[in-house]
Amino acid sequence: MFDYSSYLRKGKLPHIWCPGCGHGIIMKGLIRAIDAMGWSKDETAIASGIGCASRLPGYVDFNTVHTTHGRSIAFATGIKLANPKLNVVVLGGDGDMTAIGGNHLIHACRRNIDMTLIIMNNNIYGMTGGQYSPTTPNGMGATTAPYGMIENNFDVAELVAGAGATFVARGTTYHAMQMTDIIKQAFKHKGFSVVEVIAGCPTNFGRKNKRAEGYSMLEWQRDTAVPLERWQTMGADERADKYPIGILHKQEREDYLTTYDRMAGFKAI
Amino acid sequence: MAKRGKITIVEKLCKGCAICVRFCPKQVLEMKKFKVHIKSADACIACAMCELRCPDFAISVEAEQ
Repeated sequence: MFDYSSYLRKGKLPHIWCPGCGHGIIMKGLIRAIDAMGWSKDETAIASGIGCASRLPGYVDFNTVHTTHGRSIAFATGIKLANPKLNVVVLGGDGDMTAIGGNHLIHACRRNIDMTLIIMNNNIYGMTGGQYSPTTPNGMGATTAPYGMIENNFDVAELVAGAGATFVARGTTYHAMQMTDIIKQAFKHKGFSVVEVIAGCPTNFGRKNKRAEGYSMLEWQRDTAVPLERWQTMGADERADKYPIGILHKQEREDYLTTYDRMAGFKAI
Repeated sequence: MAKRGKITIVEKLCKGCAICVRFCPKQVLEMKKFKVHIKSADACIACAMCELRCPDFAISVEAEQ
């Protein structure tokens, strides 16, 4: 039994998320990962943008900032540069990070500042009523895609790896224990680390795709997520409609602050 | 002796998503009036998968020998 109460703000529960929403599972995973790292509340800062996922910092008792749509990485960059001792975590949904904050995302990957980004990917804009997002899979329904999503979707992990993130991982809310471990590994990594967590939105994504129950979203994750080791042995036919989970990409590269100090020739901050 | 679990449910926080009921390997839980209830407490093996996947902090499991 894990005691979450010391990490939660008193009187804030129940949270606003719908029954069966995956974001609550991710919040628990995040708390367990921070607890396992032994970070104190004062040395942890969490930034988020706008959206369902970005409501998360309101419930957890750390230094939190709820910022403008898509700009949370910019705020977090400022926090980290002003006080490099802080452990900075950025949270956001798929729309917040890959659409509205898409440029912030790719340039943060390129810049490689030592912080962790958790993208809660539920394949839809949940808060505003179920419009399709850049990660809605091709053919899937949404309020603004009555005949199915016409465009191709982003593969978030591939996108950030291509942009230069030094740690890229993917988890799901069904594989909650592994997700916690992945978030912990991302925290340990020195450099910009990105964790994409596949979350279920039964209310807005589920109802348009015959998965209106919270557990049916989790069952979908169970059936489509494949561990990386098995993914590497699979052929192209088997890979259709499936995605790998685990630590997908890792490389060692000097982080921004270390480079800054080296180029300046003295410890700048 | 096999591991046993003591389940605590905070009914006020339960939103009735039934994730815990669906994924319990021993069918310990059931839904009643859109809330989770314990059906057979003795069958619990304290795997705590319900606690891990509950999005609403409504259920917790304590392992006892």
